[in-house]
Amino acid sequence: MSEATHQNRSQSAAEVRNRAADWIVKRHDRGDWTDSDQVQLDSWLAETPAHKIAYLRVEAAWKRADRLGALRQPPAARNRIIPALKFVAVAAAGVVVCGVYLSMTWNTAPEKTYVTGVGGHEMLTLRDGSKIELNTSTTLRIAGNDTKRIVSLDKGEAYFQIVHDDAHPFVVLAGEHRITDLGTKFLVRRGGDNLRVALLEGQAQFDTEDGHGKQQATLNPGDVVVATATSLSITQAPSQTLTDELGWRRGLLVFRHATLAEAAAEFNRYNLKKIVVADSHIEKLNINGALRANDPRAFARSMKTFFDIRVEERPDEIVLSR
Amino acid sequence: MTKTTDNNREGETLRLPGTAMTEPELDAWFVREVLPLEASLMQFLNRNWRDSSEVEDFCQDVYVKVYEAARQEPPKSVRPFVFAIARNLLINKVKRAQIVPIETAADLDALNIAVDEPGAERSAIARDELRAVQSALERLPRRCREAVTLRKIEGLSMREIAARMGISLKTVDAHLVEGSALLADILYSQTDATRKKA
Repeated sequence: MSEATHQNRSQSAAEVRNRAADWIVKRHDRGDWTDSDQVQLDSWLAETPAHKIAYLRVEAAWKRADRLGALRQPPAARNRIIPALKFVAVAAAGVVVCGVYLSMTWNTAPEKTYVTGVGGHEMLTLRDGSKIELNTSTTLRIAGNDTKRIVSLDKGEAYFQIVHDDAHPFVVLAGEHRITDLGTKFLVRRGGDNLRVALLEGQAQFDTEDGHGKQQATLNPGDVVVATATSLSITQAPSQTLTDELGWRRGLLVFRHATLAEAAAEFNRYNLKKIVVADSHIEKLNINGALRANDPRAFARSMKTFFDIRVEERPDEIVLSR
Repeated sequence: MTKTTDNNREGETLRLPGTAMTEPELDAWFVREVLPLEASLMQFLNRNWRDSSEVEDFCQDVYVKVYEAARQEPPKSVRPFVFAIARNLLINKVKRAQIVPIETAADLDALNIAVDEPGAERSAIARDELRAVQSALERLPRRCREAVTLRKIEGLSMREIAARMGISLKTVDAHLVEGSALLADILYSQTDATRKKA
């Protein structure tokens, strides 16, 4: 038996299971999950595969128990109350989204929210075989009804591999924008008012509707949509660029001629320990390579070695200067 | 620039070509392919290990090995892979514990594991999932079952459950934690033959 297994012996399988169950309920049921909880959970999971496995096992059982929702008696009042509540909850997000919500939550399975913390990475497999991979700091809600599969990306980034079904279009809502798959792999990243959609395979329809009117486009492979509060553009990106961009799925950040400032910003999406470029002279340094997203220290070390940059590590940041 | 190549090398050590599964893929694979084997795995371990109080820990050891090995290279055929690992662990344990003479370990080697025999998991999958979960729910302790029912069937929040059951939030929490742990055991570990009190 391995060393690791021996060390675990101090913790019985039953103890590990109970601890995992505690995490599961805290995360899925208490309703007060925070980024810092996520960090603690991640570190517990990383301690030993036994933790990870126990967590996966209890979580899988707990999710299977969601099937029990099918036994719920549908009281006549319920259908009316839920949409009204949702309406209030999303009112801030804009009238258009609310409208969609109203029609969508009618007779709908309960909505589920999935959250990853800083540095988090999670894959969801939907019942139809579609996959959604969540990147760092992401919030995504899933609701389904009889005719549509609907997902809302509240913030962060997600990669979608959708099994197409003509009768049940798959729709991603992101603020006032909407992506409807036509058999597709695509990447959506949202931060505040900015949205970026990159289509890798297949075809999708992109709709946007704000106070000024509607815009619609059909996306083909390589198309990248960038939407801000005031503008909307569609450009073509080489497939290599898109592949690089998906490096996070393997825990990597891939840079080709990025500036140091850009690279630092990218690292900071994934880590609580922030990289600060404290010297404007080095901001434009040219960065190439693939680096582990969760290791800002290694990044700082390479900067030191290659560019002779001064690295100062503080409790919650790493400061780079000349 | 030498810098570039060096950085790239760092990437390569992470198996950029992508033969291995990503962590979420590995996790999903484990839940989908390995967990359903748990009932037959437990049966196998119970049959071949005299101290039943250790079997649960044993199963955990098997899982860790399976998970780690699959991280390197996902097996083509999961069931034989899992049982080969279980058997090796069993053999090592027998040898080291010296509970039985080495000859028995040799016998173990020849153990006839019918890897292709349709196990309990097949029928578990074939069975109506809702019914399986429902019958698992029925086997939870009473108060625990009530809390889980209110959460999963009625869709109440923990606060609402506390009010409905007239207990503290903390107790609701404890019931749900216990419920999730027991459901995992009932849904994955237990076949009709190995059922213990829930």
